[in-house]
Amino acid sequence: MISFALTDEQRLLRETVRKFAQTELREVARACDEASRLPDELLATVADLGLVAGVMPESFGGGGSDRSPVTNTLLAEELGAGDSSLGLAAVAPALFAIPVLEFGTEAQKEQLLPMFSEPGFHAASMALHEAHFGFDAAALRTVAAPAPGGYRLTGSKRFVPLGDRASHILVIARLEESGLEGLEAFVVPRDSKGLECAPEPEKTLGLQALPTAALELDGVEVASEARLGGENGIDGARLINLCRVAGAAFAVGASRTVLEYATAYAKDRLVSGRPIAQKQAIAFMLADMEVEVNAMRHLVWKAASELEQRRDASRMATLASDYVRRKSMEIADKGVQILGGHGYIRDYPMEMWYRNMRALTILDGVGIV
Amino acid sequence: MVDFSLSENDERILDAMREQSRVVRRYARYYDDNENELPPDALPEVVNFRSPYKDVEFEEGIDTPRHVLHVLVSAIQAWGDYGVLMKRIGEGLGNGVLTAAGTDEQRARWQRCTLAIAMTEPGCGSDPKSIQTTAVRDGDEWVLNGEKIFVTAGCRAEGVVVAATVDKNLGYKGIKPFVVMKGMPGFEVSHREKKMGIRADDTATLLLNNVRVPGDHLLGACDDSAAGFRAIMTALNRNRPVVGVAGVGIASAALDFTREKLKEEGIEIVWGVGKQGRSAVQQELIEIEADIEAATLGLLHAAWVSGGNEWKARPTSIAKAKAGEVARTATQRCLALLGGLGLSREYLVEKWFRDARITDLYGGTGEIQRLIIARDILGYSSAELP
Repeated sequence: MISFALTDEQRLLRETVRKFAQTELREVARACDEASRLPDELLATVADLGLVAGVMPESFGGGGSDRSPVTNTLLAEELGAGDSSLGLAAVAPALFAIPVLEFGTEAQKEQLLPMFSEPGFHAASMALHEAHFGFDAAALRTVAAPAPGGYRLTGSKRFVPLGDRASHILVIARLEESGLEGLEAFVVPRDSKGLECAPEPEKTLGLQALPTAALELDGVEVASEARLGGENGIDGARLINLCRVAGAAFAVGASRTVLEYATAYAKDRLVSGRPIAQKQAIAFMLADMEVEVNAMRHLVWKAASELEQRRDASRMATLASDYVRRKSMEIADKGVQILGGHGYIRDYPMEMWYRNMRALTILDGVGIV
Repeated sequence: MVDFSLSENDERILDAMREQSRVVRRYARYYDDNENELPPDALPEVVNFRSPYKDVEFEEGIDTPRHVLHVLVSAIQAWGDYGVLMKRIGEGLGNGVLTAAGTDEQRARWQRCTLAIAMTEPGCGSDPKSIQTTAVRDGDEWVLNGEKIFVTAGCRAEGVVVAATVDKNLGYKGIKPFVVMKGMPGFEVSHREKKMGIRADDTATLLLNNVRVPGDHLLGACDDSAAGFRAIMTALNRNRPVVGVAGVGIASAALDFTREKLKEEGIEIVWGVGKQGRSAVQQELIEIEADIEAATLGLLHAAWVSGGNEWKARPTSIAKAKAGEVARTATQRCLALLGGLGLSREYLVEKWFRDARITDLYGGTGEIQRLIIARDILGYSSAELP
């Protein structure tokens, strides 16, 4: 049945994360952006919130909450509304933990999941994006070649969230088939032979507080047990859909914040003695932003709901991520325009959101629901 | 729990509606070509059809609430044809004013009649407060004078609820609803409008030349409250989501056709392939499909939060703004994707392009929806954001 109703648990969790994001993330966002810094204190608070540990099974020391892409979508919106850069860092370990939880064999879960329920923040990540222009997850260049006792991984990866500190990285590579069906995931400890993991050579346009790394895999040998899901492998399309929906959900939150800020600014800002919000040219931009924040959210919810029900969500995930890619950028663009020159000045947050927004829906594999 | 899946019963209802709409579509071209003929109140095939809801029991917690599912049912109806219906319901928009503002006696007297609403005038549309049609008291009667345009069902209706001002100094509080029945001296249908699209729809211009109506034809009280005006606006606003839903129905028809024809030419969307792996045409198909999906979800959301009661203003305006925009742009883009052959009247897609354009105009233009939304998020009155 069609329903837009959140469960009580979802409301409660959303409220908690909203408070955290609006205070702890929002307040330090600009300073962290300027310094390209992810504060350790923040990660300690994140660990206390249990965003990743909460959904780990009780048998592995986790909170045992039901696996819910819809709940994660709600939380992603809140984190994106606080600060997408820090928000992505906060849940980056899920890039490793969720695929293991979903696709891992019992042995892999037993080995790899308990670390996320231990005290403190445990960094792990996924390496999807590659080192060439026009990246497309369906046309991956990193390959896994069968080797005696396992596989040999070769390729170049970029923008691996928390790649500077992750204990384990899930490397996504193509095994035999092409397309999303051919995607497989391999658990690679960071001290593996042939693996070079270095911080990104340059800062990025947006998401500056999120530390990312570049990976060179020069024939890294992994045992067959390192292949996630064993012989059955993973559902590559589902993995990519989970990631695409996450990026879109962050963008919905970031767009919401742009709208809220621009609305307040337009009411305060006087031109010829009257608030600019009283001009239809400005008011209509705000109305359009409100329309699109809602439209984006509904599409993202529908895609997340299909993922939650384990339906084939490829259509909805494509529609949602493509729509959000177009509309979230328009919203950030209008946000800058409404602030005028102030939208361009780093004393105000708008230019930062504008930069972050461009990164959110084009950088595949920095978030997962 | 957030859920967008359809239950078996939901599917049965939608399938039944689709079947009906396929029949209706056979008449679409005829009533587009012959705009002087009104489609019949019931198509000949109606004997074979029942309400799509008939025989489907509602299971609480399993089936989509009917007021929400009705969005999809109505969209499928417009997907068949916007103007031609399997069976026309007897009520016009004016019946809603009668129900809201009329006394028990007035309701009993006119509720079986089809009543249209006459609001718009040559010089006022989106600003109903500026109505020029007057009603002047003369003994026990009211004397009405004015011209009303864009009266939906104005030819077919047995009577019309006319919005007229009893005192221009009172502004919108002076605007009252009067029931004017066909055949009253001085009341005439000037003509049926010739329109770009929705030609099966009956849109009339009405003239009121010293029409004398008895005192009890004023719905509600003749005081200085805004009750009468609000009853008219509420009835009109109720049409807002209906128009939006029709918009997505027409847009879906155009997209379905476009997808089918392009597929025959070897072009179709491959889900899962990234942006870089698509052709421009595939990308455009995805964009149109996403737009229609977003507009549909907006309408479902508005229905959901309204809970089967009066539609809530903000979500409804959000949904209508989006749906109107998508209806016009989706049909424009579909024709561009189809190339020249889509222009031929051999196919319905050129008709859908014409039909869809109305949905961003009536029921409140896209701009009026944006004004409503902007005032709401800014906390402004209509004086602060005119």
